[in-house]
Amino acid sequence: MTKPADVPPPFRTANYIAPPSDPADERIEVGVLVVGAGPAGLACAIRLGQLLEDAPEIRERLGEVPVAVLDKGKQAGSHLLSGAVVNPRALRRLFKGRKRIDEMPFYGPVEHESVYFLTGGSAFRIPTPPTMKNDGNYVASLSRLGRWLAEQAEAGGAMILPETAAVKLLVADGRTRGVRTGDKGRGRDGEPLGNFEPGADVVARVTVLAEGTQGHLTGVALEHFALAGENPQVWALGVKEVWKVARPLDRVIHTMGWPLRAAAKYREFGGSFIYPMGNDMLTIGMVVGLDYRDVELSVHDLLQELKTHPFVRKLLEGGERIEWGAKTIPEGGFLALPRRLHAPGLLICGDGAGLVNVPALKGIHYAIESGSLAGEAAFAALQRGQTPWTPGALSAYDEALAQSFVWKDLQEVRNMRPAFGRGFWVGGALAGMMTATKGRFPPGNMRTERDADIEPIRAGRARAYPAADGKLTFDKLSSVFASGNKTRDDEPSHILVRREVPKDIAELWTHMCPAHVYEPTDSGVDVTPSNCVQCGAITAKGGRLTPPEGGSGPEYTQT
Amino acid sequence: MKIAVCVKQVPEGSSRIDPETKRLDRSGEGALNPFDANAVEEALQLRDTSGESEVVLVTMGPAKAQDALRKALAMGADRAVLVADEGAAGADLVATSYALAQALERERADLILFGQQAGDSDGAVLWAAVADRLRLPVVSQAAEITHGDGKVTVKRQTEFGYDVIEAELPAVVAVSDAINEPRYPSLKGIMGAKSKPQETLSLDDLGVAADRAGERGSRTEVYALGDPPARGDSTKIDDDGNAAQAILDFLAERRLV
Amino acid sequence: MSTLVFLEHHGDELLKGSLGVLAKATALGDGEVAGVVLGSNVRELAASAGNFGAAKVYVADHPQLEAPLPQPRVDVLARLVEDGGIDTVLFANSVLAADVAAGLAARLDAGLNWDLVDLTWEGAKLVGKRPALQDSVYVEVGWTSEPRLALFRSGSFDPSATDGSAELEDLQVALEDFSTAARMVDQAHEESEGPSIEDAPVIVAGGRGLGGPENFVLVEQLAKALGGAVGATRAVVDAGWYPYATQVGQTGKTVSPKLYIACGISGAIQHKVGMQSSGTIVAINKDANAPIFEFADLGVVGDVHEVVPKLTELVKQRKGE
Repeated sequence: MTKPADVPPPFRTANYIAPPSDPADERIEVGVLVVGAGPAGLACAIRLGQLLEDAPEIRERLGEVPVAVLDKGKQAGSHLLSGAVVNPRALRRLFKGRKRIDEMPFYGPVEHESVYFLTGGSAFRIPTPPTMKNDGNYVASLSRLGRWLAEQAEAGGAMILPETAAVKLLVADGRTRGVRTGDKGRGRDGEPLGNFEPGADVVARVTVLAEGTQGHLTGVALEHFALAGENPQVWALGVKEVWKVARPLDRVIHTMGWPLRAAAKYREFGGSFIYPMGNDMLTIGMVVGLDYRDVELSVHDLLQELKTHPFVRKLLEGGERIEWGAKTIPEGGFLALPRRLHAPGLLICGDGAGLVNVPALKGIHYAIESGSLAGEAAFAALQRGQTPWTPGALSAYDEALAQSFVWKDLQEVRNMRPAFGRGFWVGGALAGMMTATKGRFPPGNMRTERDADIEPIRAGRARAYPAADGKLTFDKLSSVFASGNKTRDDEPSHILVRREVPKDIAELWTHMCPAHVYEPTDSGVDVTPSNCVQCGAITAKGGRLTPPEGGSGPEYTQT
Repeated sequence: MKIAVCVKQVPEGSSRIDPETKRLDRSGEGALNPFDANAVEEALQLRDTSGESEVVLVTMGPAKAQDALRKALAMGADRAVLVADEGAAGADLVATSYALAQALERERADLILFGQQAGDSDGAVLWAAVADRLRLPVVSQAAEITHGDGKVTVKRQTEFGYDVIEAELPAVVAVSDAINEPRYPSLKGIMGAKSKPQETLSLDDLGVAADRAGERGSRTEVYALGDPPARGDSTKIDDDGNAAQAILDFLAERRLV
Repeated sequence: MSTLVFLEHHGDELLKGSLGVLAKATALGDGEVAGVVLGSNVRELAASAGNFGAAKVYVADHPQLEAPLPQPRVDVLARLVEDGGIDTVLFANSVLAADVAAGLAARLDAGLNWDLVDLTWEGAKLVGKRPALQDSVYVEVGWTSEPRLALFRSGSFDPSATDGSAELEDLQVALEDFSTAARMVDQAHEESEGPSIEDAPVIVAGGRGLGGPENFVLVEQLAKALGGAVGATRAVVDAGWYPYATQVGQTGKTVSPKLYIACGISGAIQHKVGMQSSGTIVAINKDANAPIFEFADLGVVGDVHEVVPKLTELVKQRKGE
């Protein structure tokens, strides 16, 4: 069968790198430009605000807008989605002496937790794997936390600019100057409409890319500056829902096993999470590695199937779904990190860099820590006599990261995810040994395989998907609605993908996409870009997601 | 020419009514009422073709209503006035139109524009009430406005077609969403919005007595919330060749044909 | 209770919506129900309200009331309400009526509840019912003082013909200066293409189930036979089968006609939120599991290419009768 890698998208990195083109006096100048108002970007902006508080001369030199944060979503938080159970470590450090954990919008500390292995009809409690213990951690909605962090960043003097997509990286003489923002008001074929507004060059002394998973300019930068590491990055797709429930959930739950198939040939790696959100809500999600093989695998439908399990059904009884969303998670871990996370005038942090601890299901505190360190490195490079674009000026960032808990944690668990490529049982055994030896066994490093290089098979997964009943289970279109997506229908398509593809690939994409963007046709595939919730799955499997018009896409509030 | 645009902040995302207060839950993030964007756009276009003009935004709401103002300022409005007072909460048409009229009285604008309606169930009524209090002519459902010679000529859309109405300035005009396509604020506009003059007034500043404001100043109230009546039984039939007749009978029964 | 019903007219006909509200007012029982007609040369028209339940009709007949402008009407009504001891004034929604009702509310500092679909007595309280939040909840509203003003959603009630006749009373017309500062230059220019989708009482809409743009003619013919407008779903507009101006749904128009006929439409929620408050919904789709059947009043599982043309024929025949 054709592999996704055999039908690469019509994407050229060079199209997204350019020198500034606006006349010099029309360019928008800011001091430090952060792309992405997620935990990493906002942590960077917050840290800079703190440092600039005590350095008025530097602040002065950075001009009218010392720190600007761009976000392609409607507002901060609109495109943020995670489980989430957050390790407060990085937040404590960032807000030391300023804010306490109980002042942050969490849904309470994790009091109890259980891990279950599911079969079709039963749930067996298993001991919580040591990497997954959540003592001292807090349940959060990342979207909500993002909004709170945005308020803190603004209070610290940063300017948050939502509804603004960064579409090109401005590079001249090998140095990153800033970004070009996207046009607004184009029609389906790219033609300018009555209210057409061109994008603008935003130039800065330091540009920080904090775009999250499958970050557009991050991908462009890694390619252009040859920063990628030896191992390719790999991703998982998570689809989740937020529910109002009749009875409070008293514990954090993770499940493994059903409905995923354990045999190695399927490569179905993942599991589910069910987290309480206060007394009257919970969130439930399914996460599956995109190296799965079955053409018919649909994470959205697996989530629907999961909800029909008697154990899960009981938790949702009497409840109502109030939100839905989907997003990819970088899973390559330490092995897939870029070999360097800086370039002249440029820093890369958070999920975009791949800073996620897969066995612990944690990435938010690494995003915050890396953002904070990026802020510190940028600040240091802006001192009198320094220039952030001389080669090595920002190397302090990589050094600081390498010394931090981020590196230490990721290194310890570096081989776990690749181990699961060998199937649940072998993987599980290997993972156990890795934990016990704190990563010393197996020595050396395993390899990751590109998701797009996985050859699909037909193994009949769709047979078991439940029909949508509109109460417990839902179809994709009504789910897209529940994400708050109201994207303008006549926007030009932001998804680069070949339209003439073999039937198998068309079907693969149709099932893969949680938002029903793709549909098979006689000659290939049809694309409805206005459904897209920008999860990034297509980029892992033969296409390329780029940012649509600023403000488009989901409007998450509690994911 | 001074143009005042009355704008409103509405909750972002899906709205819900707070079952306790029975009022719209405005605790979420706010956005500019999309219909008001048409009014702001029209004001900007009129300003840009008349030289020497100013566009001032007027809004009533909690302090957070600033968010809605920011977007309108980013589009290009010159300044904003926010009437923020806890005493104004729960105001119905009578109380709202009264306070808004006092704020507009202060501005002495030549033209006062409103958007078609608020997305959060506020109905198509505010402008006529405000115009009456200000003793100014009012024209609604404007699909086109031209200005010249101390008056505006408005193409008003009704159920029967369109009328052409002339009104002497100062006047109140409510625009329909067919009038224009609101511009996207430029990044420069967004960044410059914060430094545009924004005034916050209390009801006291406007000379609005407490008994004419908020719930006390209102003449209507909300009793309860309920579920909408079920649509009624739904009938489903298979076509055996007679479905068209069945539909016709169904429609005839309900006097729909 | 002394109720006044604003009777709007167009040309030489009283509007059905107003007459419906008149029927409701009389059905509410309790006290006097009078209508009011304002215009120029409208005495005959006013008298005809007697055939629809009005025992008394006030007439304001004046050349300055000829044009359907709201403010002169507010002047006349304000005086009538105050002098006539009227405690309740009812309006059927229209562009004109909304402006009159709101102006009157400000003039009299009287409570106005709008978008009502019903009005009932609950003990000594008059309670209005109105939908809110895209018709997903119903709210019960009331008044804290008199006079009470109510604006009903168009088409909420049907007129009821009677054998009665109305006593006419002429009103003095004294207008404020500012009420004549707006003047009608050109009235009610018809738009050539038939009812716009927002105002149409009937909408026939087509979706992907039609199979191709060439089949939209079936929808057009049915719409024409029923005197309605044509609607389309996002999917077919995206595919270029029909123009965006006819798109009904979350990212298109929200409509609530008396009758909505959905041809080959699956009923995804993005479409549903644009038409779910239609009076009657009829759906024709060959997929028995299409979500639209969950909220259609009459669902037909069948082939649109067969059912729709047959229905068009039957409608034409019936109208020809």
